[in-house]
Amino acid sequence: MIANDWIQILVSLGLIVLIAPLVGRYLAWIYQSSHLGVERKLYRLLGLDADREMGWKEYATTLVVSNGFFFVAGYLVLWAQGSLPLNPRHLPSLSPEVAFNTAASFVTNTNWQAYAGEAQLSNLSQMLAITFLMFVGANTGLASLVAIIRGFIREGTQTIGNFWADFFRFFIRAFLPLCFVMALVHAEQGTPQTLKTTVTARTLEGAQQTLVVGPVASLESLKNLGTNGGGFYNANGAHPYETPTPLTNTLEFLEMGVFTFSLPFFFGRMIGRPRQGQVFFVVIFALYLAGLGVIEYSEKMPNPLLAAAAVNQQTSPLLDGGNMEGKETRFGITQTSLFSNTTIAATTGAVDGAMDSMNPLAVLVYLVHMFLNEEPGGKGVGFAGLLKEAILAIFLAGLMVGRTPEFLGKKIESREIKLAALSLLVTPLLVLWLTGLSLVLPAGKSSIDNPGPHGFMEVLYAFASGNANNGSAMAGLNVSTPYYAIVIGLEMLLGRFLPLLPLLALAGSLARKKTHPENAGTFRTDTPLFVILLLGFMVLFAALTFFPPLILGPILEHLSLIHGIAF
Amino acid sequence: MKKKILIDMKMIRKASVRSLSMLNPLTLVKNPVMFVVEAGSVLTTAMTIYALIQHNGEQLFTATISVWLWLTIGFANFAEALAEIQGKAQAENLRSTRSDTVARLVTGDVVQEIPGNTLKKGDLFLVEPGDILPTDGEIVEGVASIDESAITGESAPVIREAGGDRSGVTGGTRVLAGKLKVMVSSNPGETFLDRMISLVEGATRQKSPNEIALTILLIGLTLIFLFVVAALPAFSAYAGVPSSPTVLIALLVCLIPTTIAGLLPAIGIAGIDRAFRANVIAKSGKAVEVAGDIDILLLDKTGTITFGNRQAVQLLPAEGVSEEEMARASWLSSLSDDTPEGKSIVTLATTRLPSSTPPEGLLSIPFTPETRMSGVDGPEGEIRKGADDAVQKYIGSAFPSAVSEIISKIAGSGGTPLVVTQNKKVMGVIHLKDVIKPGLKERFERLRKMGVTTVMVTGDNPLTARAIAQEAGLDDFVAQAKPEDKMQLIKKEQEKGRLVAMTGDGTNDAPSLAQADVALAMNSGTQAAKEAGNMVDLDSDPTKIIEVVEIGKQLLITRGALTTFSIANDVAKYFAILPAMFVVTYPQLRVLNVMNLATPVSAVTSAIIFNALIIPALIPLALKGVRYRPVGASALLRRNLLIYGLGGILVPFIGIKIIDMFLVMLHFT
Repeated sequence: MIANDWIQILVSLGLIVLIAPLVGRYLAWIYQSSHLGVERKLYRLLGLDADREMGWKEYATTLVVSNGFFFVAGYLVLWAQGSLPLNPRHLPSLSPEVAFNTAASFVTNTNWQAYAGEAQLSNLSQMLAITFLMFVGANTGLASLVAIIRGFIREGTQTIGNFWADFFRFFIRAFLPLCFVMALVHAEQGTPQTLKTTVTARTLEGAQQTLVVGPVASLESLKNLGTNGGGFYNANGAHPYETPTPLTNTLEFLEMGVFTFSLPFFFGRMIGRPRQGQVFFVVIFALYLAGLGVIEYSEKMPNPLLAAAAVNQQTSPLLDGGNMEGKETRFGITQTSLFSNTTIAATTGAVDGAMDSMNPLAVLVYLVHMFLNEEPGGKGVGFAGLLKEAILAIFLAGLMVGRTPEFLGKKIESREIKLAALSLLVTPLLVLWLTGLSLVLPAGKSSIDNPGPHGFMEVLYAFASGNANNGSAMAGLNVSTPYYAIVIGLEMLLGRFLPLLPLLALAGSLARKKTHPENAGTFRTDTPLFVILLLGFMVLFAALTFFPPLILGPILEHLSLIHGIAF
Repeated sequence: MKKKILIDMKMIRKASVRSLSMLNPLTLVKNPVMFVVEAGSVLTTAMTIYALIQHNGEQLFTATISVWLWLTIGFANFAEALAEIQGKAQAENLRSTRSDTVARLVTGDVVQEIPGNTLKKGDLFLVEPGDILPTDGEIVEGVASIDESAITGESAPVIREAGGDRSGVTGGTRVLAGKLKVMVSSNPGETFLDRMISLVEGATRQKSPNEIALTILLIGLTLIFLFVVAALPAFSAYAGVPSSPTVLIALLVCLIPTTIAGLLPAIGIAGIDRAFRANVIAKSGKAVEVAGDIDILLLDKTGTITFGNRQAVQLLPAEGVSEEEMARASWLSSLSDDTPEGKSIVTLATTRLPSSTPPEGLLSIPFTPETRMSGVDGPEGEIRKGADDAVQKYIGSAFPSAVSEIISKIAGSGGTPLVVTQNKKVMGVIHLKDVIKPGLKERFERLRKMGVTTVMVTGDNPLTARAIAQEAGLDDFVAQAKPEDKMQLIKKEQEKGRLVAMTGDGTNDAPSLAQADVALAMNSGTQAAKEAGNMVDLDSDPTKIIEVVEIGKQLLITRGALTTFSIANDVAKYFAILPAMFVVTYPQLRVLNVMNLATPVSAVTSAIIFNALIIPALIPLALKGVRYRPVGASALLRRNLLIYGLGGILVPFIGIKIIDMFLVMLHFT
């Protein structure tokens, strides 16, 4: 690594560390204040009662039913695209399974794209189905986190808040304004924002080239701020219209991180223990940095197979050394590492390089990020997942101090363990079994284009991404087939709601409990010891669950690579 | 009675036999983790038989794995059986103390002899010196000294009498002197002794809340590892690696938390057992566990923190009175005073006097509620001692200012001043003081480090209370407390989310005992108190509650430590088995065989043998419990995480390697 790499990393991360606590404080204000006038008007207009407190069951039902409604609406738009207006290119409707996959993908904040962005969607679909569901997914995720946090704050009550108030407050006071501002910045940097569909350009050789344009800038800011990740173009962030300049690359990195990294601080403010929030931030950031370190190391490593072919992989003033395959020369290795680590860790899923071309150790990091899905994880649900892991870690370790384990004054008893364990089961079940199934069934196997561990990784990656509601694709796997469209579509829905519902129930259970005052015998959760404990638990747990597929995938490929074995 | 039961060969034999009968799947299904192991054992056994018929070369390996799987369950069952049998041996001891007795049943005026075990609740019976009490009861009439050594192991006899807080008698104890009429308080089979026996036998053992939560977590982990192993054949098939069902079953058993699942029942039984060895009978395992959780410990002053009575510590003469004159007046005033306070005055005064032969013709003036003074009339005149206000009324004039000063100083320090007069002249002031039991201060300090707040409840005035609380090192006190105040205090603290423990023996303690989260009743106390409490201390030592708290904590720590150890073990087992599965097809994975195990067969076998052997290796720890140190939660956690977390990761690497070396020596590769 050269000084330039260090500067890029330090500046980017420094900005995040600087901004995140402030945004966390602002978000806490959003949820600790009363309705704004504009919000009241909106609730009146929509006929919503945003003041009624909901129990966890009502909260969960409202969440699932409303999301179900949005999902159906999105599906209908995509399915009927061919007969809807704003489609001057006369693009046909999506097939039912791809429409299903896409609606499921965007309502769950996954943004897995079984379609090819600009080639298959009209501007109406991009705005009405894609943009709309992007907002829904992010708002729903954050609302559920707020409800779960209330479980820790409240005492002796059945209620965990009002879904609609939680849903709209973030949208109106933070998400929408910032999306608007950033859309203008992206447009200024050169990203198109128009209702036109194509422009024609004359290339240097004098040929005619038709370029697809549309409302890209608005989608671009939303895609990153909402950790959605679904690009306007199939090439996603690597497309020059999505990321026209290195500055936009950094801005997109900040957009992905600004809300997600602020959530621990938000949590600390909400529970009135800022230190606890900082401790969670340290846990998240440590995993994030470890990931970044491995990716940067892995990508700076020359490919031994290419070295044998006498390819120049040395760093020079004009060329970034290492594994440049699949990378934008505009961004180089460090920007791509930063971007990819962030996009996976924050479950955005946007990419500015080809994931399929990364070295196996980088892919290992992506996979682990998606298995954990909590550092920082997707909008709201990622941090909620971290709280779940904290509960389980505290339960195990807490027994070792000789008391019934407590977290933030709430006793962790069998009901909490049951719900947290239930939520924990979903990821291993979906990722491992669906990967296994797809490796056995002809419908799954026929889509694999690469032999050996690489093909295995592509399948594993697809299901890890779907379950984590990440949405990034390693590619190299043909996922437009009905099999993958339907299976991954279902997986995204299950991966979103199956772990979330037990956590809402957990919040309901915690809200009913008394808050137990701490004393010298209580194990404190705002200390370096807790950071080590939680990190140890998370890493051990992910390792135990996913060690076999990691060995057969990235580890096998890495070891083969250094032994010069290709498949 | 001998309470310390060591494990001997006979018990081990018994436990081995019992563990075989526990292989019954219907019994084992209560322990889902071990049930999965049993399913694996049955499968591998079937595969062994198949291999033997087919001669496919797998028979020795499959048979070995199968044997060790059966042993894994056997060891787990053995741990539980051993704990049960240990408890049973103690119950046996108890049972042997109970012989067939004859009871003299009283019906109206008629007395008839019936077998002791036919007495029913509410019956009245008579006992005389030499009789063994046939069952539990409450004394209706009489007072007697009773030898309770059969129950408590304490040889000094105790006094039990009708009325008051020492009216409870226990079946199996022997009347030494005195006659009693007793009302039976429990039906046959439900006596204290019976309940004790069934509890220590583990027959009525129910899982405690933490144990249930932990079991749920273990089931969750088992399911996750089932998902992992079930997906492996598909991965292997894609990677072109043949997958052996035997290896898959071995991997599953290694990964699921068999160690803790196997030891969990034993840990629970051992916890109750430890309480029992401290002479505390817990009515449920939950009670012991909750004891580890308590935040506040309410302690009565008298009898718990201080000895039951005050003692003279100083004789302070008034102005113009010599020390010897004062000592003599004090001595004379208390000669006929039989109370412990009076005796302590005599003892103290004697040390200050040249001779202690009492003069002739002393007329004792006993204490009456009217005068509230006592003393003697004799050759040296009227000598009286009493509380300052009573004495002031008696002499009819104000005390000299120096005396008043002494009085207020003593009162201010929490002591009790007694004014001594001779012919209505104030001679001086005796300083009576509560004496705190030795060693309490250190124990309260231990409790503080565990996060338990100690609160003293006393009827004394706040000054006295503060002084004693400070001297004993208590955190807080409630002065001038009426019995109902205790109840209020418990409710108030519970509303704040705190768990409260208390001890008690009187009938008026019963409501508070019932309200408290942990209530240790004294065996000497009334039946009502014993019914209300969730534990009974056979030694009737109120400070025993501190030990109970430590036993509760130890129970939880042992569970947490062994669970952490069990899960941490999985890392090494993965490193043993996974390379073994894949290395033949992909030699480049050899670097993952960090233990450098000889062959795939020896690697898998070593892992499964380690997994089985670690259970008996940890039985002593499960039964004895992880040592509890009052060092505060963070230090305790750091220590236990290092030992059981980090240790749990490292130990199996070494253990599996050693077993592998053995297998190589035996040419089992």
